[in-house]
Amino acid sequence: MVEFALPANSKINKSGKKHTAPAGATKTKTFRVYRWDPDSGETPREDVYEVDMDSCGPMVLDALIKIKNEIDPTLTFRRSCREGVCGSCAMNIDGSNTLACTKFCSDVEGDDEVKIYPLPHMPVVKDLVPDLNHVYAQYASIEPWLKTTTAAPERERLQTPEDRKKLDGLWECILCFSCSTSCPSYWWNGDRYLGPAVLLQAYRFIADSRDEETGTRLDNLEDPFRLFRCHTIMNCTKTCPKGLNPAKAIAEIKKLMVERKV
Amino acid sequence: MSLRTPLARARGLGSAKEGVSHWWAQRLTSLALVPLVLWFVFSVALMTGADHAQFIAWVQSPIVAGLLILLISVGLLHSQQGMQVVIEDYVHGEASKVVTLFLSLSIHVVLGLTGVLSILMILFRG
Repeated sequence: MVEFALPANSKINKSGKKHTAPAGATKTKTFRVYRWDPDSGETPREDVYEVDMDSCGPMVLDALIKIKNEIDPTLTFRRSCREGVCGSCAMNIDGSNTLACTKFCSDVEGDDEVKIYPLPHMPVVKDLVPDLNHVYAQYASIEPWLKTTTAAPERERLQTPEDRKKLDGLWECILCFSCSTSCPSYWWNGDRYLGPAVLLQAYRFIADSRDEETGTRLDNLEDPFRLFRCHTIMNCTKTCPKGLNPAKAIAEIKKLMVERKV
Repeated sequence: MSLRTPLARARGLGSAKEGVSHWWAQRLTSLALVPLVLWFVFSVALMTGADHAQFIAWVQSPIVAGLLILLISVGLLHSQQGMQVVIEDYVHGEASKVVTLFLSLSIHVVLGLTGVLSILMILFRG
């Protein structure tokens, strides 16, 4: 059955370490961060950090980097581009999945603590770092590259401007997996359901006029679990930090499946 | 502990190559249920105060009996397919999943037969 409670060794200790702001700090913001170290043998805990915002950048990632640099070097998280292009710093901030680098600390209003957790329902490697091996393998399983039988032309494979337009809203996906990890269907059946991020990528190649394997791609998705676990809950579209619409991409795949049958 | 590669695990047993018919049937039955349920609710509401004989006479019209049989079968088909999805979502043990799916199907078949046979009995025996 679906597990509604965390297993005993995953119960979160709400009173972890508290790091208070330096004396004299006038504008502070409190960050409550999920911490778990597999080597410690301890259950996860929430550490609290008071950060002096006068000497901190505006984004949640700025605060995390400041915490790691100046307060607690043991804090572990992924980050790279710090401008919403690489997708590394996807995490659950203030209750929803997004990129730490494009989320303003001030979006969490007033005196509220900024709660920071790893992406939900993924195995945790350490602190804010989720294990993404399975989603990456699922991404590889849809063979995300152009496939053709016709011999390659001497120059580029041509595409009309109209056909190119069909890829807008698809190519922008940076594979941060905020959407997949916000999807209850993916939480309960992620071992077999491909999830919104991978299905959006699958549709990106199905919709590409230059690809010659559309039918095979649809064959490989036609499955009660791989595709049809999507029940249009729409968390994916609501949470996407790039403003994309994975739910629509999935609906388009379903429509094509009906179209080739009816 | 498994030494299978992540890709082998992601590919699993491959695609079942089905699911479209189920999904499409769910959309069609929900569409069909809109007029059927509206018709049923309004018809019954209009008969407020009618006695048993009047109600039986209403059911005995071939059109009404036909629509009632359609309402029962389409409604239960929709419910059966919906329950199947819920069970597949939430019941994860192979044995418990198969048993629950079979139970759900059986209940829907029994309910459907009971409903349809009742209408036929009213239609032919009064």
